[in-house]
Amino acid sequence: MDILTLFVVIPVLTMTAILFVRDIKHVRVAAAIGMGIQLILAAVLVFSYLAARKAGASDEMLFVRDYLWFKNPNIHYAIGVDGISVAMISLTSIVVFAGIFASWEVEFLTKEFFVSLILLATGVFGFFISIDLFTMFLFYELAVIPMYLLIGIWGSGPKEYSAMKLTLMLMGGSALILAGLLGIYFNSAPDGGQFTFNILEISKITIPISAQRLFFPLTFVGFGVLGALFPFHTWSPDGHASAPTAVSMLHAGVLMKLGGYGAFRVAIFLMPEAAAELSWIFIILTATSVVYGAFGAIVQKDLKYINAYSSVSHCGLVLFAILMMNQTALNGAVIQMISHGLMTALFFALIGMIYGRTHTRMISEMGGLMKVIPFLSVCYVIAGLASLGLPGLSGFVAEMTIFVGAFQHTDVFHRVVTIVAVSSIVITAVYILRVVAILLLGPTTDEHHEHLTDAKWFEKVSVVTLIGSVAGIGLAPYWLSTMIGTSMQPVVEKILSVNPF
Amino acid sequence: MSPDKFLIMRHELLLTAVVLVVLIAEVFSHPDKKGKIITLSVICFGIITALGFLPSAEGEIFGGMYVSSGSRLMMKNILNIGVMLVFLQSVDWLRKAENSDKISEYFILLISTLIGMNFMISSGHFLMFYIGLELATIPIAALAAFDKYRNNSAEAGIKLILISALSSGILLYGLSMIYGTLGTFYFKEIAVSFSNSNLQILGFIYFFTGMAFKISIVPFHLWTADVYEGAPINITAYLSVISKGAAVFIFIIVLFTVFPVIIATWQKAIYLTSILTMTIGNLFAIRQQNLKRFLAFSSISQAGYILLGFIGGNQLGMASVIYYILVYIFSNLGAFGVVLAISNASGKENIDDYNGLYHTNPKLSLIMMLALFSLAGIPPVAGYFGKFFLFTAAAEKGFYPLVIIAVLNTIISLYYYLLIVKAMFLLKNESPIEKFKSSMYTRFALGLCVAGIVVTGFASALFEFIRNLSFGI
Repeated sequence: MDILTLFVVIPVLTMTAILFVRDIKHVRVAAAIGMGIQLILAAVLVFSYLAARKAGASDEMLFVRDYLWFKNPNIHYAIGVDGISVAMISLTSIVVFAGIFASWEVEFLTKEFFVSLILLATGVFGFFISIDLFTMFLFYELAVIPMYLLIGIWGSGPKEYSAMKLTLMLMGGSALILAGLLGIYFNSAPDGGQFTFNILEISKITIPISAQRLFFPLTFVGFGVLGALFPFHTWSPDGHASAPTAVSMLHAGVLMKLGGYGAFRVAIFLMPEAAAELSWIFIILTATSVVYGAFGAIVQKDLKYINAYSSVSHCGLVLFAILMMNQTALNGAVIQMISHGLMTALFFALIGMIYGRTHTRMISEMGGLMKVIPFLSVCYVIAGLASLGLPGLSGFVAEMTIFVGAFQHTDVFHRVVTIVAVSSIVITAVYILRVVAILLLGPTTDEHHEHLTDAKWFEKVSVVTLIGSVAGIGLAPYWLSTMIGTSMQPVVEKILSVNPF
Repeated sequence: MSPDKFLIMRHELLLTAVVLVVLIAEVFSHPDKKGKIITLSVICFGIITALGFLPSAEGEIFGGMYVSSGSRLMMKNILNIGVMLVFLQSVDWLRKAENSDKISEYFILLISTLIGMNFMISSGHFLMFYIGLELATIPIAALAAFDKYRNNSAEAGIKLILISALSSGILLYGLSMIYGTLGTFYFKEIAVSFSNSNLQILGFIYFFTGMAFKISIVPFHLWTADVYEGAPINITAYLSVISKGAAVFIFIIVLFTVFPVIIATWQKAIYLTSILTMTIGNLFAIRQQNLKRFLAFSSISQAGYILLGFIGGNQLGMASVIYYILVYIFSNLGAFGVVLAISNASGKENIDDYNGLYHTNPKLSLIMMLALFSLAGIPPVAGYFGKFFLFTAAAEKGFYPLVIIAVLNTIISLYYYLLIVKAMFLLKNESPIEKFKSSMYTRFALGLCVAGIVVTGFASALFEFIRNLSFGI
């Protein structure tokens, strides 16, 4: 069996194993082992990918497999990865691994929880390995639907409302994507011949511009809903706030990246002409996401809401960068996806751990935690610094690349929106530092909080995995940006071939 | 005509044989041992369902009134599978004391309707079609009134018979106009000489309306919810799956083979009714509390999606319709099977009663969830593939606005399907439905439904097989 299919098979096997064990402890261990193997597999994939590239493999996608599934409509199970998907797969395995440890103490319906969580992960992995639009979409929906149960059963606050809102809005997005995909399919053979769902084959032809004008907005908005495109981001704060810790981690860390990745791989890559023509609308919307999300985060009182709005802002930046459609900005978009994925997962993990101790997420009800739980507090500061783009951590690399790329456009419109978007960095600093100041450094407000215990071993595993990755990208971004950069080449060439600007 | 030509009608002959066997068994069995008739009928029906899959001769008999072809045989086999599932699911219900004196009636009437449907599907002549249609409808009315001591069951029977009579009248009126202009009832001859004159179009519209009643397409759906609510649950399941499926099958055959000339006309009609059916079915389903009414409106909206396969007049469309009906049989009967099992065990039929079901009956809840997800079209279960192919079929001919409306409608439907999932998994209940164990038959039927829901989607060979049997205009 090829290495990519294993990424789907191992989660499935893990779920089966979980179904057959009885004890709660065994359930956790099974999940941890399964996702541990997945993490190792991701490392193997990275190394074998780099080795293959070094050996001179110059194909756009490597490890390509293609099996005919349905003859008409022409559906294949086609998989393959380039540097971008390898990076996303690594991100997913890290976050899922950390997520398993962050939810070590789930006691209500443990088995069902881990099965749903891993089902979600299966969808995400499948999405990133697919190069056939049909299978890609199948995995996409597979990743969305377990969210309903995860938030609805194990969530907190107005969980039923949030779960329903999130599911319906995301499925609404996927409805638009479905229409878009069918449009792409039936325009994939302008010279007669066989229609195809294969991304690589479609990228070789030019979809008629009239069709692009119709289907680019559909796919971009469809994926944009998941990528928190303003004004379709409203599911995100409620959903993240109500979700249990691991689900917030996975959702903000990985699932929202499906939106960015899909918008890039399907909407921009396959329909660059329409993208160039219509990008101004979406640039305005994404810039709004960036700034609005940041301002939204300032006024929130609940830790999770702060982080959810900050995710809207950061994911908006991903879409913003994608729409800039040049090499630097696109590189930045992918690094931002990885960086934000790790960072926000870290944030949500820490918030979950703090909440588990203080039983409140309101910043006004907490204070002085640095003295009581130093380990978690220090980690929180690190996450905060990464989020506001401190050099040496991943956030800096990503945002720097994006804004440099965006500034390469010399016209007034792009300059102005870029400057507007850059302002979000300052606002980010405000809300991050405000939380750090009140929550960690201020006076202790609640006397019960003086007797809290610091992180347990499994929490440390979760947090250290994530911090290590964040710092790794920040200190040595070179290998990541090379890996992404070489794979970005064909995309950029395709975009330049239509000469959009 | 040589006797072996009769074997072309193998499905109908076998069904008739089963009816006779049940009838004889009824006459000769001891009054205290009527329960054995259930086992006998189920086994007999199982055998003929299996026999249906044997390769069969194709051709025409009775001078072209009866036509047998690969696609029609496939349709009959699909219906047989569905009826088999209904039989298995209704065993527990038939074993109740109140039904002990009507067991063989149940089987005889139900199989009679199936014979009618088979003749209808195989018809090559509108008289044959009409006879089949009536045979498929009238016994159902008796079955809807099966719980004769319950007022609303009797009411359902009356409503069904009246509405069937009305729709048949409309349909016949339309056919008489077509006959008046062409002087023939043979499908082939009508197809050749149909000329788009006003009277013929009017006749066609009456025909369309009559069929719309049978498939309960909006605005001819008003009878559906009342009848579905009043009838016993397994009859409701039968009506919503088998009756509807058979009507859809013959409708697509007639549209594709008899009226290809006026495709532009019926495309408009289907465009409009499809949007109305999906949307209104979905919007009304949101507010239902009774699960039978809920599933009734859900099945109305499903008919709207099915119409997407009609609109292109293409081979892919017909294949996706047949395939979707197969998927729909498994999914809807899965849902009805759970409702029936719970109703038998506790008598509860409201959504509120399902609160917290997962904590007492996890397996039934999971089956229900799977079935509902399949109806909503969530991957990786079969309903997703079914819907995808229907949408693809419509998109192939460029009906993108319709596809977009349909996919947005699936979101509405997801909302109300999730309401049931929410009740079962999320909500708490002071007095939940107690834990119970269903009989072997029910569990077997539900197991088959789950297998169908899970496997049918991935089995590309099956879709390929159906596609090869289908035809376009």
